[in-house]
Amino acid sequence: MRRVLPPLGLLLLALGAWWWVASWDSVDDLLLASPAETWTALREDRELLLDNAWVTLVEVLLGLAIAIAAAFALAVAMHLVRPFRDAAYPLLVASQAIPIFVLAPIFVLAFDYGIGPKLALVALISFFPIAVGLLDGLRSVDADFAKLMRSLGASRAFRLTRVELPAALPGFFSGLRIGASVAVIGAVFGELAGADEGLGRLIFLGNNQLETPRVYAGVVILTIMAVGLFALVSLAERAAVPWRTRT
Amino acid sequence: MQSTLVQQAAAVEVRGVTRRFGDLVALSGVDLTAGEGEIVAIVGPSGCGKSTLLEVLAGLQEPDGGTVSAPSAAYMPQKDLLLPWRDALGNAALALEAAGMPRRAARRRAAPLFERFGLGGFERTPPYELSGGMRQRVAFLRTLLAGRPLLLLDEPFAALDSLTRAEMQAWLAEALGAEPRTTILVTHDVEEALFLADRVAVMSPRPGRLVAELEVAFERPRPRRDTVTDPAFVELRERALEALGA
Repeated sequence: MRRVLPPLGLLLLALGAWWWVASWDSVDDLLLASPAETWTALREDRELLLDNAWVTLVEVLLGLAIAIAAAFALAVAMHLVRPFRDAAYPLLVASQAIPIFVLAPIFVLAFDYGIGPKLALVALISFFPIAVGLLDGLRSVDADFAKLMRSLGASRAFRLTRVELPAALPGFFSGLRIGASVAVIGAVFGELAGADEGLGRLIFLGNNQLETPRVYAGVVILTIMAVGLFALVSLAERAAVPWRTRT
Repeated sequence: MQSTLVQQAAAVEVRGVTRRFGDLVALSGVDLTAGEGEIVAIVGPSGCGKSTLLEVLAGLQEPDGGTVSAPSAAYMPQKDLLLPWRDALGNAALALEAAGMPRRAARRRAAPLFERFGLGGFERTPPYELSGGMRQRVAFLRTLLAGRPLLLLDEPFAALDSLTRAEMQAWLAEALGAEPRTTILVTHDVEEALFLADRVAVMSPRPGRLVAELEVAFERPRPRRDTVTDPAFVELRERALEALGA
């Protein structure tokens, strides 16, 4: 309860402020829907919203899976081969600097209207924090432990699978928490650039059709999705890395 | 009692070993011997090169001069370095797994030692739920299970509080009585050295060299209270402290 109450209080405060600002006469209804209007939209367009949210969620989850697989492969390769690490690290950082909304239309052109470009964008945006978290985690093993393993005659493969990869789990989850939160952004950009369905598409259409409450309802669902993913990753972390919360 | 874990015990002979790091002479002409099954303690202040000597013996560092003749060694660092995702038994079995034994076989092999060395019932406890003394016991069993004829212990109890340390010293004395090994024990604690070892080598820093060697002619394991008050023991301590310049 103590962990739930403070964010809940702040949320209520923010809702109140939103309500208050939306009630001003000087604020155009097309610009800002009130919480009540948003709630109505959430209820009335429930089916439409949920169908499209499902599409976006699938894009996010599949994209994240791709990002995790790619991050694992790259981080392990970089960890094992020092020259490759030195060569690839600047490029890894550069990949994060590419503005994703510029890439989105190009990806849509390259991969057509289907799920492909969305997955590529989700993977691209969430790949970086996961890979960096893993890389840091793989290096987190105590230097004395490396000595101990050498004196025990442990092979490189043994050190990687039995020591370094488990030791990298906390770093991996730190990266995944960030990756999962931003993955939703990738999916929305992908849908804005060209899609038949999805929450991003729905928000874009709602904007054009001046359905402001529906736009806000879409944003609310996107937010819930991101928070839910974050919470899910935190739960998985607690199950997989029990020692981190205990020590 | 014959050890069940190693086939052969063996002696250590170090002659005129020198080790430099740039301008710093970490070890200067160090001679050290340890007979089969003998426990030799190395005492000295920090920076006297005792850890360097241990790493040379473990084959983790090459000396710049002199000769080292030592059997393959198991090394126990000061930190327990237990893996938090493995339970106590899994941590002790790590040495066997590193040598290629499958996980379950390694656990089966390690299990009887838990009963024998006061860890019975803690097999499945994760290290973060063990006390500092218990963690050192698990780390020591991991070292034993490496099955090497030579044990190199680098200040194994330095991080423990003094009560736990005394308890662990008695435990180690008993453990080494049951599983005899040629042992080199590095410590900065003169009393610990005299309590545990057959022979104590005193080192001095900059450059690290041997300044005294003392025989400790008491039967092992030693009852602590009778030993530390024995006049012969007190005299040995005086001599060791004098050699340390304390």
